[in-house]
Amino acid sequence: MSTPAAPPARRVLPGLTGARRTLLLAALVTPAVLVAVLFLDPFRSYQVALVAVYLCATAGLTLVVGLAGQVSLGHAALMAAGGYGYALTANALTEAGLEGAARVVPSVLAGALVAGALGLLLGLAGARLHGPYLAGLTLALVLALPALATTWSTVLRGDQGIQVAFDGVPEPLQGFVALEQWQAWVAVVVAAVVVTGLALLRDGRLGLRIRAVRDDAVAARLAGIPARRVMVATFTASAVGAGLGGAVLCYVTQSVAPGGYGLALSLLLLVAVVLGGLGSLRGAMVGAVLLVLVPWLAGLAADALPVPADLAQRLDGNLAVLLFGVLLVVVMVAAPGGVVGALQSRSRSRHSSRPSRAPSTPAPDPADDPAAVGPAAAEPDPAEPPAEPTYADTER
Amino acid sequence: MDRLVFLLGTGLARGAVLALFALSLVLVWRAARVVNFAQGAMAVTATYVAFVVTGLTGSFVMGLVAALVAGAALGWAVERGLMRRIAGRSPLAGVIVAVGLVMILQSALGILVGGRTLPVEAPFDETPISVGGVPLLSPYDLFVLVAALVVMAGLGLLFTRTPLGLQMRAAAFAPEVSRILGVRVSRLLTLGWALSSAVAALAAVLLVPTELGLTPHATDMLFVLGFTVAVVGGLDSPVGALVGGVGVGVLISLVTGYLGASVAPLAVLVLLVVVLLVRPQGLLAVGEARRA
Amino acid sequence: MTAALEIDGLTVGYGGAPVLRDVRLDVPHGRIVALVGANGAGKTTLLRTASGLVPAARGTVRLDGDDLAGVSVEDRSRRGLAHVPEGRGVVVELTVEENLRLGALWRSPAERRAAIADAYELFEPLARRRTSPGHQLSGGERQMLALARALVAAPGVLLLDEPSLGLAPRVVAQIMAVLRRLCDATGLTVLLAEQNVASALSVADHGVVLGLGEVVASRPAAELLHDTTLRHAYLGF
Repeated sequence: MSTPAAPPARRVLPGLTGARRTLLLAALVTPAVLVAVLFLDPFRSYQVALVAVYLCATAGLTLVVGLAGQVSLGHAALMAAGGYGYALTANALTEAGLEGAARVVPSVLAGALVAGALGLLLGLAGARLHGPYLAGLTLALVLALPALATTWSTVLRGDQGIQVAFDGVPEPLQGFVALEQWQAWVAVVVAAVVVTGLALLRDGRLGLRIRAVRDDAVAARLAGIPARRVMVATFTASAVGAGLGGAVLCYVTQSVAPGGYGLALSLLLLVAVVLGGLGSLRGAMVGAVLLVLVPWLAGLAADALPVPADLAQRLDGNLAVLLFGVLLVVVMVAAPGGVVGALQSRSRSRHSSRPSRAPSTPAPDPADDPAAVGPAAAEPDPAEPPAEPTYADTER
Repeated sequence: MDRLVFLLGTGLARGAVLALFALSLVLVWRAARVVNFAQGAMAVTATYVAFVVTGLTGSFVMGLVAALVAGAALGWAVERGLMRRIAGRSPLAGVIVAVGLVMILQSALGILVGGRTLPVEAPFDETPISVGGVPLLSPYDLFVLVAALVVMAGLGLLFTRTPLGLQMRAAAFAPEVSRILGVRVSRLLTLGWALSSAVAALAAVLLVPTELGLTPHATDMLFVLGFTVAVVGGLDSPVGALVGGVGVGVLISLVTGYLGASVAPLAVLVLLVVVLLVRPQGLLAVGEARRA
Repeated sequence: MTAALEIDGLTVGYGGAPVLRDVRLDVPHGRIVALVGANGAGKTTLLRTASGLVPAARGTVRLDGDDLAGVSVEDRSRRGLAHVPEGRGVVVELTVEENLRLGALWRSPAERRAAIADAYELFEPLARRRTSPGHQLSGGERQMLALARALVAAPGVLLLDEPSLGLAPRVVAQIMAVLRRLCDATGLTVLLAEQNVASALSVADHGVVLGLGEVVASRPAAELLHDTTLRHAYLGF
């Protein structure tokens, strides 16, 4: 498949390509964000931290769903694994008398490790599975989490979860950076690491292989690409990201419990990546922002509406989910490329007279193309335009 | 020993409900080649309708009928209004849209009804009858078993003996050829969804009285279990759904009885992992249908 | 007198090059018209357009004088236009009996029973395999089943796509003979797309040669078969 001479999307730093560009972008953007946080009030800082935490999960998930074409309904459980890994390690280190960075850093790494291991197992199971099977498996996982916490309650403390000792702003910065700002900093830095790492993976050989496998698994295998290993690697990488997010969340909230990591969160993560644009890391960022913004706005709207108190209580939480559900369906039906896809196709049609075509080959531009992936991937064979919509196999 | 017999008995009844739900998944899979991830949410919505109707009329049967009608209507609406629009896209799209539907339905129910658990009474006694001093099945369990068997038999007859069933099978196996033969495939697709959703609604209505109560999430576990059963039995196989349903029902009953209710979801997960790894096409499936 | 099937100015294509270009073709009542041409000439597309599976960019298809524009595939079938597709389209998960019943669902039960009985008489091997599922049948048996299934609907016009594909010559001859008998006896009209030119033209009344989506020749079958210059020019042998 030859890459069409697509008009270049508007690029930041057009001079550089590949890994150097990614790293440079990270090195420039991250400090800018950190500085910006200094101007935020505590609540906003907390929201930024939350966005960063979600981004750790959505970045990986968007690759799994968008690039590898697999649906995971269990990323909340992976975040939980990270959270629990952090909590257990932090408590163990506390007993050993450690605190501060000596406690936080290994705990975060431990969280990543636990999540990564779980992701590896899921990936091994999922690599063999197609479509709904992996989705069902991850669904079972996320629903089993509370049961796991209860069953293994000596370690995992059941429904109440585990409390962690507080680690605040390190001494040298104490007069300068507020607590929430510091927490936001930690979250942002971790998110930056996750996103950069995943970007490098995606742009590298693994990314090409993932796309090859997604587009035509048989052909890819014939070409010598170990499809299964590619799937496993993708899933594991995404799990590590989610785990880091969960670990940071535990750091910020000083606790982890099964209640916060249920099916609802998994669904929200999925919504985030679809709305943002499957396969696109920028989309993952958009999605993470939406995840924090929409519930907050929905809460404001619900408060502002002149409704009786018990209705207001029922709206709380549910309204956001309802909005997300509607958005998800609308986007999937009308604009499967998500926000990023819609923006890209508009800029593409503005730049060229040719009708925008979604290339399914790996775009040389790391500004990835979400409209090409996942839902739009199976186009009906142009030689046999179906006269009516059927989605079972055609004649056997 | 008594305990074992009792658990087996309850497991059988639970299994019948599971089998029904799994059968509904098989129905929609055969008709549309999708796993309807929204099946549980649609079923619970129909159950709420049943709850309201039973509350208004005082009759369980009226509520049941209302649930069947609501389920069928919902299935019809989902296929016509939603699934049709993403026809021909990848299966991924179907799963994601279904997930969106789940969110919409459950949150809407939450807004309309609130988060409290609505107590649902069984229409029959739920205390087990003792046979020779051994508690076996409750009258309600028996009712569930009979209802499930009747429906399954009815469906079996429908598909194998009636012209409509023949058309539905043909439309599912070979849609294009069926159209050439004059079969209105598109209508049958909608019918398949409606039928599947009605069966799922029935399963949910039969299940809920035995659970803690009715909430928008009451069927989450049922879906996972049903999905597991469908996987174990093979998504394409009604017989598999039956056997798998009973098997998984008994398994869960035993696990719950001997190890505690909290372990049950874990057992399901383990079972699912094992089956998916060892024999993804299901223990009883005949394998991919051969081509002409 | 209107032909059973009239195709006029038919153009079919999906962006890029058209697959059929301005095709004109009439199939008179009770006749067999053989549609021949190389692979990729557009024979299958023509049949699929006639039965409604493929939309036409331009042109008309008329069945007994009625324009079929806007008529769905299912309705065309119910109006008496039967189509045996390429690859036969036997529903392999169903038995022979079920396949046959499928073909005649909207006839009255009595008519259906009679039609199916006739089919078994016409195609003996099928009678022996009544309860066998489709995937157990040989290629020849499947072709017979596909044909029988189309016939139990008592169609006015039959579109047959490459029935000889993958079959032994003896079986092909049998099937062609049955076709001829039916046309002569019942006035069935047949449009037969075939790569096996000799066997098609030997049983047909008229031959239409399709080349790269266009009609290159339309002659009585005997002429096409026996006139060597025509044969060389259009059929390559």
